[in-house]
Amino acid sequence: MTANTSPFIIADRLTIGLPEGRPLVDGISFEIGKERVALVGESGSGKSLTARSLMGLLAPSLSLNASQLSLAGNDLRHLKPSQWQSLRGGKVAMVMQDPKYALNPSKTIGWQVEEPLLLHRKLSRRQRQEKVLAMLEAVGLANPHQLIKRYPNQLSGGMGQRIMLAIALITDPEFLIADEPTSALDHAMRDQVLSLIQDLVAQRDMGLLLISHDLQQVADHCQRVMVMYQGKILDRLAAKDLPQATHPYTQTLWACRPSLATKGKRLPTLDRAALEGYP
Amino acid sequence: MAVSASSSGRSMPIRRLVQRLAGNLFSLVITLLGLLAFTFTLSHLSPVDPVLQLVGDHATASTYAQVRHQLGLDHSLPVQFWHYLQQLAQGHLGVSQSTGQPVADDLLRTFPATFELATCALILGATCGIGLALASVWHPKSWIDHIARVISLLGYSVPVFWIGLLGLLLFYAGLHWSAGPGQLDDLYVYTLEPKTGLVIIDSWLSGDRQMFINALQHLWLPVVILGLLSMASITRLLRAALLEENSKEYVTLARAKGASRWRIVWHHLLPNTRGTLITVVMLSYVSLLEGAVLTESVFAWPGLGRYLTNALFASDMPAILGATLVIGSCFIIINALTDALVWLTDPRTR
Amino acid sequence: MTETSLPLRAVRRDKRRWLLIIGYSLLGLLIAMALFAPWVSPYDPNAQVMADRLLPPDSHHWFGTDGFGRDLLSRVIYGTRPTLLLVVFILLLTVPVGMTVGIAAGYLGGWVERILMRITDIFLSLPSLVIALAMVAVLGPSILNGALALALTSWPPFARQARAETQQLRRSDYLAAAKMQGIKGLPLMFGHLLPLCLPSAVVRAALSLGGIILSAAGLGFLGMGVQPPTAEWGSMVAEGGKVIFDQWWVAAAPGGAILLASLTFNFIGDGLRDRLDSRNDS
Repeated sequence: MTANTSPFIIADRLTIGLPEGRPLVDGISFEIGKERVALVGESGSGKSLTARSLMGLLAPSLSLNASQLSLAGNDLRHLKPSQWQSLRGGKVAMVMQDPKYALNPSKTIGWQVEEPLLLHRKLSRRQRQEKVLAMLEAVGLANPHQLIKRYPNQLSGGMGQRIMLAIALITDPEFLIADEPTSALDHAMRDQVLSLIQDLVAQRDMGLLLISHDLQQVADHCQRVMVMYQGKILDRLAAKDLPQATHPYTQTLWACRPSLATKGKRLPTLDRAALEGYP
Repeated sequence: MAVSASSSGRSMPIRRLVQRLAGNLFSLVITLLGLLAFTFTLSHLSPVDPVLQLVGDHATASTYAQVRHQLGLDHSLPVQFWHYLQQLAQGHLGVSQSTGQPVADDLLRTFPATFELATCALILGATCGIGLALASVWHPKSWIDHIARVISLLGYSVPVFWIGLLGLLLFYAGLHWSAGPGQLDDLYVYTLEPKTGLVIIDSWLSGDRQMFINALQHLWLPVVILGLLSMASITRLLRAALLEENSKEYVTLARAKGASRWRIVWHHLLPNTRGTLITVVMLSYVSLLEGAVLTESVFAWPGLGRYLTNALFASDMPAILGATLVIGSCFIIINALTDALVWLTDPRTR
Repeated sequence: MTETSLPLRAVRRDKRRWLLIIGYSLLGLLIAMALFAPWVSPYDPNAQVMADRLLPPDSHHWFGTDGFGRDLLSRVIYGTRPTLLLVVFILLLTVPVGMTVGIAAGYLGGWVERILMRITDIFLSLPSLVIALAMVAVLGPSILNGALALALTSWPPFARQARAETQQLRRSDYLAAAKMQGIKGLPLMFGHLLPLCLPSAVVRAALSLGGIILSAAGLGFLGMGVQPPTAEWGSMVAEGGKVIFDQWWVAAAPGGAILLASLTFNFIGDGLRDRLDSRNDS
């Protein structure tokens, strides 16, 4: 699959932080087209903040500075609320980590999946209903007619994530940002959900930004990887090149993956002092 | 691969609903019994000996014993309690020592005035309180938010009788915007035909426009004072609940869907604070009933509260206990109603 | 907890600290006034000087004088004593009883829990002021009776909270470790559970004291509190109410003191609660 030539997302010298104090994201630059890119790092590396800044969902106390930050041609630094509202959910959608908390506990599944359609498309009630049912089937959920009357507290984790996916994709956006979509799931579910994301994104010719701390996951499902550490991007490489990574941090992360091969052996740890000096 | 949903009690069957209601009712009855046990105990702890009151100091021992037997005081306590309950069931609350009337009649006479005051204050307080809380969450950390916090904290900490006095000083003695204590001017008090017992409604029904305006002029100040109290506690609690919901993940997801601020407040925040909202408003109503005890004293409002305070000054035991019983029962019933209302209106129990 | 919310804690900490600073300072002021009243107040609070009755505030009497010529500033200062004494009594009565009931209910479970919680619910649904009025009317007005009466309806929130916390802690590793060491029953309840439940009990105490002070003042206002001639803010407002239209200062000063005392505990309660919440968040 060839990457689109005009980048969908462009970030240049993006800095996020509290007005005083060390910046949490320190002048990073990247470009993402209609491809599957992963942003990996430990907690605190700034990867989640970067993703949220692309949707304008940063906490109000954080300040954002960039010499360029654009998504689908929109300058994200100077958008009005109404422009944000049409962009979010319309052109770019988000899937979050834990469906237990990310779904509204007092509204039915059907209502929540339908909401993006109400906000972004002009369809009749019956058309919306049809789309909702079709979408629920597309994410692999059986009995959509029953499901739309349920409430989130009656769902399992895997189902909840599929519903979040349905919510994100129902308006056929051009790009999907997935913020640790499988971290709250059990191991068996993780691969299923990620494969589902990969398939749907491919079918709909979308771009994907996957935030993760799991390199194995990333290697299996993405084309490109950006490695973040303490607010900076330390390494960029193709996913298939991960086993042969040259940066020590990437190497350590790769070597740290627990698997049958490492069973019983001590996993390598990172020498952070050495890392500080590495460009 | 398809994943099917587990069906775990999607809607509450009628049998469980009835069971739950029965449980609530049972709690209600137990709590009422507790209150009755309390008033019964108090009436026996009273230093006033009811037998002596009837027979006087110079009665003989046999007269004393006879009257004691007549009053049923020679029975054991549980039996006396049972008699007490029986009498209550027939509506006998004793006779007031100050008015000479049956306490039950006195209470019926004075209840509407308190109801009028508390209900109007609640309507005012709830409207302003909910509005202010919503304004706070609409513009977090703005000047509106800060004013909301300050007003609610002050209103929560101010003694109602004091602000009532100051209110009278400013608006009655000073500006003459209020007609002062009482429900109506003396001129109208005796010409009003009591149809519903609620002065505002009765004066409207009488067709005398001057009387109605006068009633309003008497009503507005105590209602505003009590409404301020109500608004303070409603804003304080609702604002906290709304802000807490606002920081949750599902609100971020709603924003990520492109929802507007109005949509988030109406469709996401409010449905999830519904329980808190109902509880807070009902709680405010009950505390208004208590606040009325103090406010009616300041405004000479002829309601239950004033009846109670007069009885306190006169050490009129039957009246004190009767009023306590009624106010306490209102408290208990409204609290029980709140619980039932919260889970009945939960869409997930449908 | 996502990395996006970590930096916010710094912002909230400032506001919380500010609340607590003001609250504690006011509390210190109140305690100081109560302890050092004889040295701080300019006059004897009970000294009646009929020639000087109902004087407006001036340089001799900063708050003016009341209907008996007594200096209002002195009376307000001395008025901190019954108020703070009442607060101490109520705390001594409600916190131990409430926490014991709550911890016992949460730890023992079963029918013990059901009965205890039922009792708690009964007292929770009672109107505090009205019940207190009835009790004091029967038992006679005094600080102790007033404290007893108000305590009767103030202990349930402590029980509820202690029980909820105990239930949570029952499943914790900390408690499992203690049990493995063979600690159970009373030593477990008082040695381990109680200290863990104390912080939130303190917060709840601060939060409810604001309202209790208002109720106590209400008792005083209706003549059911400390009896005259002792200076007590509620009864002082009642006296001032009789002359409110001509001599507003007689009621203004003591009422302001009540407001201040209530605000003090509300500030402290809010500040502590915010701090406890964010500690739970991490």
